[in-house]
Parts: sequence; C-alpha cells; structure tokens
Amino acid sequence: MKETELRIITTLVFTFFLSFVASAEVSINDPHAENQEINPVNTAEEVKEYIQHHVKDTHDFHLFTHFSDGKEHHVGFPLPVILWGEYGLTTFMSSEFHHDDSGHVIVEKNGSRFVKNHGVIYELKNGAETVEFDADHHPINASKPFDWSITKSTFGILLIGLLMLWMFGKLARQYKNNAVPTGFGRILEPLVIYVRDEIAKPNIGPKYRKFTGYLMTVFFFVWILNLVGLTPFGFNVTGQLAVTAALAILTLIIYLFSSNKHFWSHQLWMPGVPYLIRPLLAIIELAGTLLIKPFALMVRLFANITAGHIVVMSLISIGILMQKDMTAFGSTTLSLVLAMFITVIEVLVAFLQAYIFTMLSALFIGMAVEEGEHH
Amino acid sequence: MSLAILQEATSLVPNLVGAGLIVIGAGIGLGQIGRGAMEGIARQPEATNKIQTAMIIIAALLEGLAFAAIFLGK
Repeated sequence: MKETELRIITTLVFTFFLSFVASAEVSINDPHAENQEINPVNTAEEVKEYIQHHVKDTHDFHLFTHFSDGKEHHVGFPLPVILWGEYGLTTFMSSEFHHDDSGHVIVEKNGSRFVKNHGVIYELKNGAETVEFDADHHPINASKPFDWSITKSTFGILLIGLLMLWMFGKLARQYKNNAVPTGFGRILEPLVIYVRDEIAKPNIGPKYRKFTGYLMTVFFFVWILNLVGLTPFGFNVTGQLAVTAALAILTLIIYLFSSNKHFWSHQLWMPGVPYLIRPLLAIIELAGTLLIKPFALMVRLFANITAGHIVVMSLISIGILMQKDMTAFGSTTLSLVLAMFITVIEVLVAFLQAYIFTMLSALFIGMAVEEGEHH
Repeated sequence: MSLAILQEATSLVPNLVGAGLIVIGAGIGLGQIGRGAMEGIARQPEATNKIQTAMIIIAALLEGLAFAAIFLGK
C-alpha cells in the first residue's frame, strides 16, 4: 500500500522538522553565540580537525553552522548529559556547554563543576578554572565522572532500535492475517528470507532457528546504521569502537554459551594429532576463540566505516581546499564527482560489512554448535 | 647480547613500517583470492554462488588482519 510508505516518510520528515524547531530555539537562546568570532573551516588543518571531530562521538547533535549576519549560528539540538560524579547523579542538557569543547565553559550543578574538553567531560576540583593535563595526558586538577550521557551515537542507536521494532513488529503482525505482507513489508520480507536462507542455514546447520533472531537483528542494525551514516545528519554509530566491541562481545557470548562438548574437545585436546602438539594447538585455538575472532569482528566493522567516512569527507573538502588551484567551479565539480563515486561504493560497503559481520557471526556459532560425526 | 641488539634494532623501526608490510602481504593475498575465485568461476560457472561466498569470507578474514595491523601499529 502507498499509505504505509507515505506514513514512514511523513514520520521521518516530522522527526527532522521537530529537530530543526528545537535547534532554532537553541541558537536564539544561546547568549554565547554572539561573542564567538567567525571561524569557517577553510584551511587543511581545520578540515583535518573537523574530520577528526566528526568520526568521534559527541554530546550534542550538530547538523551545520551558518554565518549569516556576521555571526556564527550552530544548528543542531542538545542531548541530555547524565553523569555520576563525586556528588552523585547529575543531569543537564548539553546546550549548557554552549558548543564549547576547550574546557572553558563551566557548568555548575549540585556542587560539582563540569567542563568539556575534546569531547570528554571532566569534573573540576575546588578552585580550578579549566582542566590541565600532565605529560601522560592525565588531568591534574579534575576527575572523570562516570559518563552515562545520551550521546549522538546513543541517540542514533535508540532511534534505529525503535524504528526496527516498529518496522519488524508490523511485518510480524501482518503474517497473522495473510501469508503475503503488504506495503513496506514487501521490501523487508526478501531481506529477512535472505538472511535466513543464505547466512543462517548454510553456516549454522540444522540448529539455525535458535540463532536466526540474533543474526537478523545484527544484520539489520548494522546495515541501517551504516546507511544512516551516509546521510548528511552526521551519524557515525558503527564507526564507534565501543559499538562494534559490544556487538562482537554479544557474538562471543552467544557462541561460548551455545558451544557443545564436541567443540571443546577439539579446542582443548585435538584428536588425530601427535600428543606433543596437542597443548600447543590448545593455546592457539583458545586464543583464536576468545580473542582473535571477536577482535577481528570488532576492528573490521570499525575500520571500514571510519575509513569510509574519512574518505568521503576528504573528497568533499577538495571543493574547499583546491579553489586556488583550479577555480571554485573546477574544485567543486571535481569534489562532487569524486564524492558521488565514493558514496556509491560506500552504499555497497554498508551492505557488505553488515553481511560479513552476520556471516562471520553465523560461521563462529556454526563452529560451536556443530555435532561430531559418530564413528 | 644478540637479543639486546635485536631489541635496539626493532625499536628504531616505526610500528607503521611493520603495519605497511602486513598490508602489502594482505594485498597479495587478496589478489590471490580474487584470481582463485575467477578461475574457479570460469571453470565451473554453476558454482558461482558458493565460490563467491567462500571468497568473501576469506577476503574478510584477510582484511581483518590488515586492519588489525594498521590499528595496532598506529
């Protein structure tokens, strides 16, 4: 049905409209905005800093900055900061930092004083005005509170999680009445069947049903977040090491807890090889199972997505950096063509990385649940 | 004695050189995988899907190695 698709588009448009309304309010109410000098991203160093800032997680959602009427206007919306410091739980909106990232704007709450320096929030000790570091980059006059904030990535995870619950819950409900889904479900059904028949079944074997739910969740979670990372809203969720580490640890837990006797006998005391080699093999196999497999899952996804973001942003910045050499028209055309080319490849990579993560998870689970041949 | 010399020698080589060597190795490996898969598909076009899946898995493992090298060498 056309209606469902329309409703999805309307919801998305509405969500971002709401975010713009919220953001407009922020820039109007921001007294510090007027004091900031205009500093657009122009030189190679500034571009580098901007890209490094983008691939990290932040405490507020920054969409873009514009320089109309001689002032710097940040368009974005604040996200809640939740901290557990020396005086217990503290919550406030990230807009209280006024886009400061150098540790100079102090937020006072419940007797604690917080500053933000390069994306990290510090709790200042008595009398300190800004955070200072020693040679090893440990803060001298501040401590790090336990940061539970809803950051940009957390916000993205929650948003996509709710979207997936809504989409797939709807798809599941449709099967109660008829065998053929309608509307957006028609796009989702072949993907669900693809994950089941092409990834879960051939790699896990006859016990695939128990693990298909996890594999499907991981596949769609990673894929949708990879694709959202390619939109200009500035998400880089699957490019956060913490996110990919959590996913890899989930896979590790699942294959460790579903492993059978046959798996462990091959891990610890490999049959069919000379006795002297068996302890050596056990060390290698254990290192592979407990460390190398999850580490490879974690680093692959993180490195691919981060590298993709850096390449896209670098190609876009050609339009800014090469204006002197080849005129504004030439540099913009070049960066447009190259960025478009690499973005198309990134769409492919977004799918491929989700596929590989799911495929390798299925393979590892399959190794753990495989039954030995009975002699 | 010789161990001390070895340690001194390795401390002079930046980690990134090692990472670069591993990436070159991974590149050669990826080429071999691509070649193997293409030859396999040319000989048995009906096995294309199976060959492609196996190719992607091995390529992913190798890519993981290269990324791990860059990640640890940085």
